[in-house]
Amino acid sequence: MDSNKVADAGTPARTNTATVTLSIDGAAVTVPAGTSVMRAAFEAGVRVPKLCATDSLEAFGSCRLCLVEIDGRKGFPASCTTPAEAGMKVRTQTEKLAKLRRGTMELYISDHPLDCLTCPANGNCELQDMAGVVGLREVRYGYEGENHLTAEKDQSNPYFTFDPTKCIVCSRCVRACEEVQGTFALTVEGRGFQSKIAPGSGSFLESECVSCGACVQACPTATLMEKSVADAGQPDHSVITTCAYCGVGCAFRAEVKGNQVVRMVPHKDGKANHGHSCVKGRFAWGYATHPDRITKPMIRGAITEPWRTVSWDEAIAHTAREFRRIQAKYGRDAIGGITSSRCTNEETYLVQKLVRAAFKNNNVDTCARVCHSPTGYGLKTTLGESAGTQDFDSVDHADVIVVIGANPTDAHPVFASRMKQRLRDGAQLIVVDPRRIDLVRSAHVEAAYHLALTPGTNVAVLNALAHVIVTEGLAKDDYVAARCDPAEYRKWCAFIRDPKNSPDAMAAITGVRADDLRGAARLYAKARNAAIYYGLGVTEHSQGSTTVMAIANLAMVTGNLGRPGVGVNPLRGQNNVQGSCDMGSFPHELPGYRHVSDDSVRALFEAAWGVTLDAEPGLRIPNMFDAALDGSFKGLYVQGEDIAQSDPDTQHVTKALSAMECLVVQDIFANETAKYAHVLLPGSSFLEKDGTFTNAERRISRVRKVMPPLAGLADWEVTVALSNALGHPMSYAHPSEVMAEIARLTPTFTGVSYEKLDRLGSIQWPCNDDAPEGTPVMHEKQFVRGKGRFVVTEYVATPERTSRKYPLLLTTGRILSQYNVGAQTRRTDNVAWHDADVLDLHPHDAEQRGIVEGDRVCVRSRAGETTLRARLSTRMQPGVVYTTFHHPDSSANVVTTENSDWATNCPEYKVTAVEVTKAGASSEWQRRYQEFSRRQDDLLPD
Amino acid sequence: MSVTVFVPGDSSARSVGADEVAQSIARVAAQRKQPVRIVRNGSRGMAWLEPLVEVATDASRIAYGPVAPSDVGALFDAGFLRGGDHRLRLGPTGQIDWLRKQTRLTFARVGVIDPTSLDEYAAHGGWVGLRKALAMTGVSIVDEVMQSGLRWRGGAAFPAGIKWKTVLGAVGDRKYVVCNADEGDSGTFSDRMVMEGDPFLLIEGMAIAGLALGATEGWIYLRSEYPDAERTLLTAIDEARAAGFLGDDVLGSKKRFDIRLRRGAGAYICGEETAMLESLEGKRGMVRPKPPLPAIAGLFGKPSLIHNVMTLAAVPLIVERGGAFYASFGVGRSKGTLPFQLAGNVKHGGLVELPFGVTLRTLLDEFGGGTASGRPIRAVQVGGPLGAFLPPAKFDVPLDYELFAQAGGMIGHGGIVVFDDTVDMAKMARYAMQFCAIESCGKCTPCRIGSTRGVEVIDKIRAGDRRDANVALLRDLCDTMTAASLCAMGGLTPSPVLSALDQFPEDFGLRTAART
Ligand SMILES: Cc1cc2nc3c(=O)[nH]c(=O)nc-3n(C[C@H](O)[C@H](O)[C@H](O)COP(=O)(O)O)c2cc1C
Ligand code: SF4
Ligand code: SF4
Ligand code: SF4
Ligand code: SF4
Ligand code: FES
Repeated sequence: MDSNKVADAGTPARTNTATVTLSIDGAAVTVPAGTSVMRAAFEAGVRVPKLCATDSLEAFGSCRLCLVEIDGRKGFPASCTTPAEAGMKVRTQTEKLAKLRRGTMELYISDHPLDCLTCPANGNCELQDMAGVVGLREVRYGYEGENHLTAEKDQSNPYFTFDPTKCIVCSRCVRACEEVQGTFALTVEGRGFQSKIAPGSGSFLESECVSCGACVQACPTATLMEKSVADAGQPDHSVITTCAYCGVGCAFRAEVKGNQVVRMVPHKDGKANHGHSCVKGRFAWGYATHPDRITKPMIRGAITEPWRTVSWDEAIAHTAREFRRIQAKYGRDAIGGITSSRCTNEETYLVQKLVRAAFKNNNVDTCARVCHSPTGYGLKTTLGESAGTQDFDSVDHADVIVVIGANPTDAHPVFASRMKQRLRDGAQLIVVDPRRIDLVRSAHVEAAYHLALTPGTNVAVLNALAHVIVTEGLAKDDYVAARCDPAEYRKWCAFIRDPKNSPDAMAAITGVRADDLRGAARLYAKARNAAIYYGLGVTEHSQGSTTVMAIANLAMVTGNLGRPGVGVNPLRGQNNVQGSCDMGSFPHELPGYRHVSDDSVRALFEAAWGVTLDAEPGLRIPNMFDAALDGSFKGLYVQGEDIAQSDPDTQHVTKALSAMECLVVQDIFANETAKYAHVLLPGSSFLEKDGTFTNAERRISRVRKVMPPLAGLADWEVTVALSNALGHPMSYAHPSEVMAEIARLTPTFTGVSYEKLDRLGSIQWPCNDDAPEGTPVMHEKQFVRGKGRFVVTEYVATPERTSRKYPLLLTTGRILSQYNVGAQTRRTDNVAWHDADVLDLHPHDAEQRGIVEGDRVCVRSRAGETTLRARLSTRMQPGVVYTTFHHPDSSANVVTTENSDWATNCPEYKVTAVEVTKAGASSEWQRRYQEFSRRQDDLLPD
Repeated sequence: MSVTVFVPGDSSARSVGADEVAQSIARVAAQRKQPVRIVRNGSRGMAWLEPLVEVATDASRIAYGPVAPSDVGALFDAGFLRGGDHRLRLGPTGQIDWLRKQTRLTFARVGVIDPTSLDEYAAHGGWVGLRKALAMTGVSIVDEVMQSGLRWRGGAAFPAGIKWKTVLGAVGDRKYVVCNADEGDSGTFSDRMVMEGDPFLLIEGMAIAGLALGATEGWIYLRSEYPDAERTLLTAIDEARAAGFLGDDVLGSKKRFDIRLRRGAGAYICGEETAMLESLEGKRGMVRPKPPLPAIAGLFGKPSLIHNVMTLAAVPLIVERGGAFYASFGVGRSKGTLPFQLAGNVKHGGLVELPFGVTLRTLLDEFGGGTASGRPIRAVQVGGPLGAFLPPAKFDVPLDYELFAQAGGMIGHGGIVVFDDTVDMAKMARYAMQFCAIESCGKCTPCRIGSTRGVEVIDKIRAGDRRDANVALLRDLCDTMTAASLCAMGGLTPSPVLSALDQFPEDFGLRTAART
């Protein structure tokens, strides 16, 4: 198999249930009505030559290579743009067609450099292939005619080049940018022979381009080409795997040469991404082989000592010894573990198993604590399952889309493109966000309502919406009666009808006009299918769980749950947030969200693991820090997580970390947390191991090993070794055996196996006897908890309030090119787009403070202060400022406070009262941080 | 009592001084206290007589032309306001041979009435078709169009009725009537003359189409170089709306039809219907593949009836007098009349509306009066820049769509451009390729690259560079362009090229005699 060339049916599949039967070169073939003749031919095993068609894009009809003859029709219709019709008799190879194709190809090549042998696309170029297929033997026009051979190459994008001398003006790039990505960055300039592809008026880097790579992938020639391929040459094999960045969980084809990744290409059959990607997954994988990678275990006695490189055996033995010593001295509960939302399900499962079975306590928590724990709590309480209700494809059926506290075009770009397709096709959009995010108005997309609320007032807005729905008789009473608990509903109705929840009353609190609240509520309630998508702007609040429940209430009362096109959809931050939660990462829950106090559940695990389990929930991350500070918690195993940077109130965290006796950090880089560590265990990137990730739509996808672990061991192997050293034997030959154990012990995973994953590509849990191939849409017949439960969601203002001293509200988020704390993306060329965090503020607020664009400003809160550069932006409402948290030296979390969600302790990253002033130098904290970092860097071996 | 004097407001007349003539008449009339009412009518279509001034006398309208501002005094002296004799007097307008011999169905009112006067339009039989249509079903209107034998006047000459039927049967929450007024063919002006001279006719035609097909909106895509037509049309649309012929309730029928006008993008290809749709949608004028037919998925993806101005302008009469009446003109399957447009090196250029069946020779000799240069005619190009060149040997073929096509010609929009014997046909062939190279939308390869290569190959032939091989290459190229191009731009460019090569091989340095 030629792994680099993926079969291409030429035009998209049609789903029409009506079919037509036609004959292609004498063979009968039956296809859904609306299928192109080209695709029908493909189905019949006939490859019609083509250049402008590709099955990710609608047919265009420009190259004219795909002409065919059809009995009874004049001329030579293009097979890509001609729909198959019943009874058609198509001929794809005739003498005349051969001549026409050769004639057209001759024209192409008369304006093309004869560079094949030195071209980066050599061996994987459709133009080259087609020249061969049509049998071009000479170019009678010569090569002296007018041409584009002197056009200038655009190298501005860090990942791909644009070499217009090789362009055949097929517009696949333009169409990919429009149809697939929805950015509309490319155009065809000029007419006739002068037509050329242009990214707006300047270079790619200066243009609207978001570097998603869709155009590069669509390009049939070397015109748009990954620099990595130009450097390395064509790959020799490929491996299907899953992106390790965000919760979309895109499937990729890692194209590899030996052990070297040559490029990552989104996998066409990937069910989460359908062949699309974003700049991170597509291009920003170079961190995996960055020189900063830790490749040898290291230990040290104290954080002031230099690191000592040791063998794996020594590192593991040392760690086990230390943990045993600490437990002996301070008690069994003095150590714990933190699982990672970036690691695989299997690895996460093993870490929690290590804590529960080998540490013999429940002190395990996960970084999902800081993002989506309220989702788990809120959805479990109302609907009965801690997960989003839909698959991504569901959005194709939505008529009204509500986006709350999420910025999909930056944080979940591939899903955002999908959403934008649907919006361009006519769905309406409501955005609830303090900032004017891109979705509010971008190319061919405009929100019907943008409810630009004051940060921290989500619940108020949602209650007002529900109030309108209930008081205006827009509730779907039949649905509620059939599916929800009536008593709870009555209680909720009485609450929500209260005039205090009316739009007029809430307008003052939320800053959103009452009319807009009413309009949005009606639009949502009256839609045939309305879907809510939300992100960390919902969860990272003191009322995070309340907000999630208010969202569930809204969906239930309007009957928007249980079928495609509707639902409550958390957009997960990290690749495996869903999975790490599913795998029992929380101190109170065993895998499958089953409480540790449940005797029968514990008995099941005890039998399987051969241990006795603690029935008491263990410590949550913030409790661990508090316990560390009061001296009762001394040892922590942190896998793949940078708590020193990602957790709120950095100074509090670092003090706690400094109080530990054995902090074990397992990571691919010496991250911020490692600066406080005593043991540094090299982690393995997603390219170096087997496993599974579970994305925001509960989709379990395979991660496949592409190259051997740089440090010799995959993360899961390290956990296994540590457990064995601690005396709790674990033996797995392969992560598939871990999954088999998970499936045995977890009712929602019973049907999951690597064999089935290989067969189906991916599986959405629950997957068991009731749903052997998984569950795209949940709660179809009834809610998982039985009757849906309305929860009264009283709005309570956050304790974090503006004052004279801290008059502005800071909210945080992330941008497209960077990922979370930036450990990976900062080590890639993505810094071309974002090389420092900046503070966005409204020009009005800036003016009052004498701040101009680019000024260094100091952001101060009750918790701390930091400095960064200011950017004036009318996306902000006056009174609200915004920054990202990708760069440690500006560390936004120095400023964020300890406030957190009442139910889950999820920190309130999204609201911090601050003051912003012009700053001369770095803040005190930054100076101390820089000094500390420099010292720590010196302690690392060369 | 003031005397009514007609001075064309048509842009071709204005370009030769009609405005100055009108001013001059007004001034002299005032000086001499001889009250006149000046009407800026459309043009009668006799280009060489413009500015053609007419005076309404009791008996008839008396024509004078071509009138220069400096002639005005003398005209007054000659008593032209009463039809007095003068060197420029042409007699009663209707008696001028050139007009008398025509069959003006579509152009019946052009040059006769004040173009934006609703009263005059009505007085000359306007709105009868629309009123009649309001009492008819969509199906029966479409039947009349079908029966009339009217064919697409924009070039392709397919039966209009079939397009109407398709749009009528297409489902859509909204339908459009789109008028293609981009009139890009060189040497054509009939669309412009109607829009400037009788705009209500087009409005009425569109309204009838809208009512028949259930379309509520009409869009006119107007050539950007037609500012006068734009002004006239906008005024006429406003007037028609104010008088209830357009709007939410057309003539009290409770049916809605309204018209908006969009200025074209100034590119020849934007006259191609699908590129026009793209342009109307605010995008770059790039040809769309068909299917889907615009009749099923056209403007904004909705069923759209797209017609040329001439096609739509024929509709009111067809509805008023019945399809059979219209079909009683013409020959064979070419029914009705066609407004031919004589241009280029011709003595008497202008608009000649005649039933199909007339020969080129009649048009060129009886109407055109030979070349302007006085030299023999060597070739004519019929049907715009994509039409074939025809030598005099083919001038006796009747202008009937089928017969003319058999002879290698294309009637198209009815433009006829005349060349005398000084023309270099190889240069004309080169020009045809060059035109395509410049005007191609750039979408499909045969046209985008082929036209440029075509220019180069012809250059090589003209320079005597491996002539036989390059002629063979040119023929291959033309074959590729004809058979493989996405639209008629690339598909028909070979027609002028090959006709030049075949009919006038000597101009390419070839000795072979004409093959056909
Ligand atoms: C290159 C090209 C240019 C064209 N330009 C015009 C034009 O200027 N005006 C016009 O009415 N039709 C033009 N057409 C024809 C239109 O595509 C279309 O057939 C016509 O508008 C339909 O109207 P009809 O049915 O009245 O002919 C052009 C076609 C081609 C291929
Ligand atoms: S990389 Fe993506 S955004 Fe950029 S031009 Fe290509 S398709 Fe458009
Ligand atoms: S850059 Fe590639 S995809 Fe775009 S038009 Fe050129 S050849 Fe086609
Ligand atoms: S970061 Fe998210 S959207 Fe981007 S490729 Fe990875 S999974 Fe897909
Ligand atoms: S033939 Fe020419 S004008 Fe027509 S689609 Fe092709 S490139 Fe465009
Ligand atoms: S593949 Fe059909 S025209 Fe290009």
